[in-house]
Amino acid sequence: MRTELNVNGQLHVLDVEPRKTLVDCLREDLRLVGAHTGCEHGVCGACTVIVDGTPVRSCLMFAVQAEGSEIITIEGVAPAPGELSILQDAFCETHGMQCGFCTPGMILAAHALLRDNLEPTREDIVEAISGNICRCTGYDQIVEAISLAARRMRGRNMPDGVPA
Amino acid sequence: MKPAAFDYIRAESAAHASALLVEDENGRIIAGGQTLVPMLAMRLARPSRLIDIARIPELSYIRDESETISIGATTRQVLVEKSALIAQKLPLLHKAIEWVGHPPTRARGTVGGSLANSDPAAEIALVAATLGATLRYVDETGENSIEVDDYFIGPMITTLPQTACLIGADFPKWGEPHVGTGFEEVNARSSDFAFVSAASQVAFDADGKCTRAVLGIGGLGDFPFRADVDAVKDRIENEAALREAIGLAIEDIEPLSDLHATGEYRRRVAVTLACRSLLNAVREAKGFAHAN
Repeated sequence: MRTELNVNGQLHVLDVEPRKTLVDCLREDLRLVGAHTGCEHGVCGACTVIVDGTPVRSCLMFAVQAEGSEIITIEGVAPAPGELSILQDAFCETHGMQCGFCTPGMILAAHALLRDNLEPTREDIVEAISGNICRCTGYDQIVEAISLAARRMRGRNMPDGVPA
Repeated sequence: MKPAAFDYIRAESAAHASALLVEDENGRIIAGGQTLVPMLAMRLARPSRLIDIARIPELSYIRDESETISIGATTRQVLVEKSALIAQKLPLLHKAIEWVGHPPTRARGTVGGSLANSDPAAEIALVAATLGATLRYVDETGENSIEVDDYFIGPMITTLPQTACLIGADFPKWGEPHVGTGFEEVNARSSDFAFVSAASQVAFDADGKCTRAVLGIGGLGDFPFRADVDAVKDRIENEAALREAIGLAIEDIEPLSDLHATGEYRRRVAVTLACRSLLNAVREAKGFAHAN
């Protein structure tokens, strides 16, 4: 089925089977492999992408349903090739990842949170990533990363400890 | 690709969706897909065609009608969560909605989808059963409605006609001066399926007398149901009396039993949660001078 997808600001015209999930389409047809296929039934959050401004499970929607929506994947959050977004930087610095499988989903869930709220409480952060499973970190460094990124986005993107 | 192959059609209206169902009895409606897509992925559902109603603009709304709050079938759960009207006029649903899935599933999941799929543990279905909502649908005979008491009949089974497209649900508003609500749930992890959930709404008159009390229990039986607590509304603050009345009301239910929670556990927890939700509702009704 002919489908137009707007991914990271680029329009793609594709021929996809209706039963192909958005995550499979992103990975196989567009070679955007940052969204991961974990459980493939909506539990783990590894496939999280942003659709029309809100994080959604790309395994729980078909590519044909995403036509006309604005899709942002992890590949679309860095300001330029080879650079990292403030959130990505913060995840590196606080060791907010170990194996990295959950990381794109975590960052996009956090991205949506910080877009609406630059002063999130710990509870806000925990709620925002409550649908994303991490089996390595124990979540503490992830929460720390998001909180660090929020602090930086309120001011400047500088290493911790450098006075503003 | 995990689901079996199907055709995909976007319906232009609820009547169109119904006509497409008449045309092909193995067709199935999809809106948010947060319940249906996992079932497709596991091939528990194998429809020949998916009829997408998510883009029908007139099915997404939250309206304040004279007697009810009316919610369109494809209204996304996140809109209910953020609605000031719901928070003010339908506080029980406001309280329950944060228990529905996770933020990313609430972004796509719809109110009608939850009611149409009728998972025994679904919170929106529980609120509909507790308050006695009316469900509206369109089929080949035109627009019709079903009272919630005649709607849920089994796990993932309702009396909605096979060719019907749900278009909305009307939740009764309570006009009493002091209204309180309570919602309690036990699950394996935050936002996961409820083992048991309980929803309550109570009303008091100006003299502090309880005039109305309703209680609903989800996750316990094949579908969410209302447990009769009207007889104890004069003793609504008496925990022992409440526990006895709730125990009697669920006596005939055969609780679901699975790896996570045995039937006996569910029954015990149901009494405790139901009692707690009622007492919280009472406290809230008495605490807020202008709850409504």
